[in-house]
Amino acid sequence: MTDADNIVAETAERIFADLADAQTINHDKNGSWKAPLWQALTDAGLPLSWVPEECDGSGISMAEGFSVLSVAGRAGVAVPLAETMLAGWLLAQAQIKSPEGMMTVAPASPRDHLMRNADGTITGRARGVPFAKDAKYIAVVASGIGGASIALVDASTCRIETGLGLADDPSDTVHFDTVKPVTLQSAPSGFDQNALLLMGALVRSQQIAGALETMLGIGVNYSGERVAFEKKISKFQAVQHNLAKLAGETSAALAAASSAADAFSSGAPLDDALFLEAAAAKIRCSEAAEKGAAIAHQVLGAIGFTQEHILHRYTLRALAWRDDFGSESYWAVELGKLVAARGADELWPLVASR
Amino acid sequence: MTAALRFDPIRLPPECEQLRKEVRAFLAEEIAAGTFDPHKPQREDSDNPEFSKRVGERGWLGMTWPKKYGGHERSFLERYVVTEEMRVANAPVRRFFVADRQSGPVLLKYAPEHIKMDILPRICRGEVCFSIGMSEPNSGSDLFAAKTKATKTDGGWLINGSKIWTTSAHMADYMIAIFRTSAPTKENRRHGLTQFLVNMKTPGITVNPIAQITGQYEFNEVVFTDHFVPDDHMLGEIDSAWKQATSELAYERSGPERFLETYYVLTELVRAVGPKPDTRSAEGIGRLVAQLHTMRRMSVSVAGMLQAGKEPVVEASIVKDIGTIWEQQLPHRVRELAAFVDDNASNHATLDEMLGFAIKTAPKLTIQGGTTEVLRGIIARGLGLR
Repeated sequence: MTDADNIVAETAERIFADLADAQTINHDKNGSWKAPLWQALTDAGLPLSWVPEECDGSGISMAEGFSVLSVAGRAGVAVPLAETMLAGWLLAQAQIKSPEGMMTVAPASPRDHLMRNADGTITGRARGVPFAKDAKYIAVVASGIGGASIALVDASTCRIETGLGLADDPSDTVHFDTVKPVTLQSAPSGFDQNALLLMGALVRSQQIAGALETMLGIGVNYSGERVAFEKKISKFQAVQHNLAKLAGETSAALAAASSAADAFSSGAPLDDALFLEAAAAKIRCSEAAEKGAAIAHQVLGAIGFTQEHILHRYTLRALAWRDDFGSESYWAVELGKLVAARGADELWPLVASR
Repeated sequence: MTAALRFDPIRLPPECEQLRKEVRAFLAEEIAAGTFDPHKPQREDSDNPEFSKRVGERGWLGMTWPKKYGGHERSFLERYVVTEEMRVANAPVRRFFVADRQSGPVLLKYAPEHIKMDILPRICRGEVCFSIGMSEPNSGSDLFAAKTKATKTDGGWLINGSKIWTTSAHMADYMIAIFRTSAPTKENRRHGLTQFLVNMKTPGITVNPIAQITGQYEFNEVVFTDHFVPDDHMLGEIDSAWKQATSELAYERSGPERFLETYYVLTELVRAVGPKPDTRSAEGIGRLVAQLHTMRRMSVSVAGMLQAGKEPVVEASIVKDIGTIWEQQLPHRVRELAAFVDDNASNHATLDEMLGFAIKTAPKLTIQGGTTEVLRGIIARGLGLR
């Protein structure tokens, strides 16, 4: 990371520390913390990190943006920062200016496909769209005759069936019933729904890795405080080894996510090697979320299973994030097909390509 | 945050790509000439002095060492490329691997100049084989309980006792071993062991091969009876081997050999399922490849940190912990995924044979060079738990 990365990440860290204290949020039943937090993030230009200045964004680099997501993952915060960043990025692919306010993207699952009709309206259904009910706008990829389009849609023109994910964050079904977008442009050549899903997978990988870092910190701290059988539980070898495994899973997630983010930030073409980076990040971070969350809960015992304790803010979110933009099973099948199609002797050259 | 784990996204520099091509071309020539069969990993242990010399001639031994000792002053990342390409090809690296990875760097750091000038160039030429004398019949993971004794005598030391599970001792020219020179102290139970260079071709050493469950004879019992080691063969500070051991570990623990040992079964699985796998096979292969990719990124990251002069001991232990468990489980996962592969697949017999060997190899992978339990202890210490 360069110093510039650190400044952006430090800004994000400071905002979360000041306005999104996990204990405070956990006890706040009416969500009064959300508006000031969002305002501060907006004032710092973070939601539009990936939008170039000519599209009314902050023009922060891809790498800096990923470092913000890692901070957001560590904070385990329920505001659509990642989603708005992703939407801004998507719109910028077609030089569409980003409006102010919360945004999200659709589709968010490889099972759903949106169609662009001949008259420029959009039809289809997108399930599991994060924060759709809070979003003012939805950035969309739709396919149609002549290729994919990117569109900015006013969320109020869609029919939204609200739902909740594992961590009680909004995960909604959005119906586009021949919706007329605010703006619609052709996607750049080669850009389609898959490109959005890959980027979404990368975003979630960063957040999961960040959440795992916090789980590890909580687990280590708690084990140094909690006394059982007349000693700190951190002194028991079984607990030490469990936390060492959690450190291993956290490391794997960090390495996979930061490698993929770095590869995308370098502007490399979307070839098999870049696909491997993104797919592997989502697969490995999701696997780490499962193993890591289980260990963190095991170390904290019953207290970690309460609403009262903040642990669930990270464990449930990391587990929920596995499902967005293609689950690990989805990406594993896609990656497996790619590896098989390339053939056995082309596997190692793919793995060793950078 | 309590623990700041770092795995920076290190990329192999451009000079590595040319090197990789050269290594692949060299290995292809060796395979074509019949030096080794990449589909017979069980032969990887067989001794091949001529191959070692040819690797040395290419400049691929002692790659990171100073030129005055025969080295090539290249980067750890370049060495990384050579190591992983050799490993993936199942090349017969046994004769030079330990010397190049571990023993040479110890000599560089602790041996007197005339010994460095004598031995290091020979390692670089692929002429000498090293073994490591750590475990004893009554001390394995508990390294600092070693009892084999070095007693002071005129001009040197007399060694009595035995080492065990010593890989390659039967073919080694030298061993770097720890021997007891003083009793441990109350304050420090690790005190009292000293590192020595042992010339295996001198009197007072008996090497007894031990058969492994794979049918191979990689490791040995080595018995010392009044074996004489000259004074100038003491490495580093007396009674202080424990201080010297820790920084070596990062080199030993994080390389590609820590997750690629059974890689060949994955390649063969991909061959067996063919270009259009069913969903079950595709998902299984996809997950394994994602895990492999992640481990390689972690391992390359540690190599990059070593190159930058850092000592990522905890990160290196994490790579070995995760990597060895993965390579241990890999043949079992491949076996499951291959359960419905057509018996007529062209490589069915090869896959079966490889799986048999890999499943037998698997148990040792989480024992050699630091057990899973020892590694997790080191990681826990790094987390501040101990």
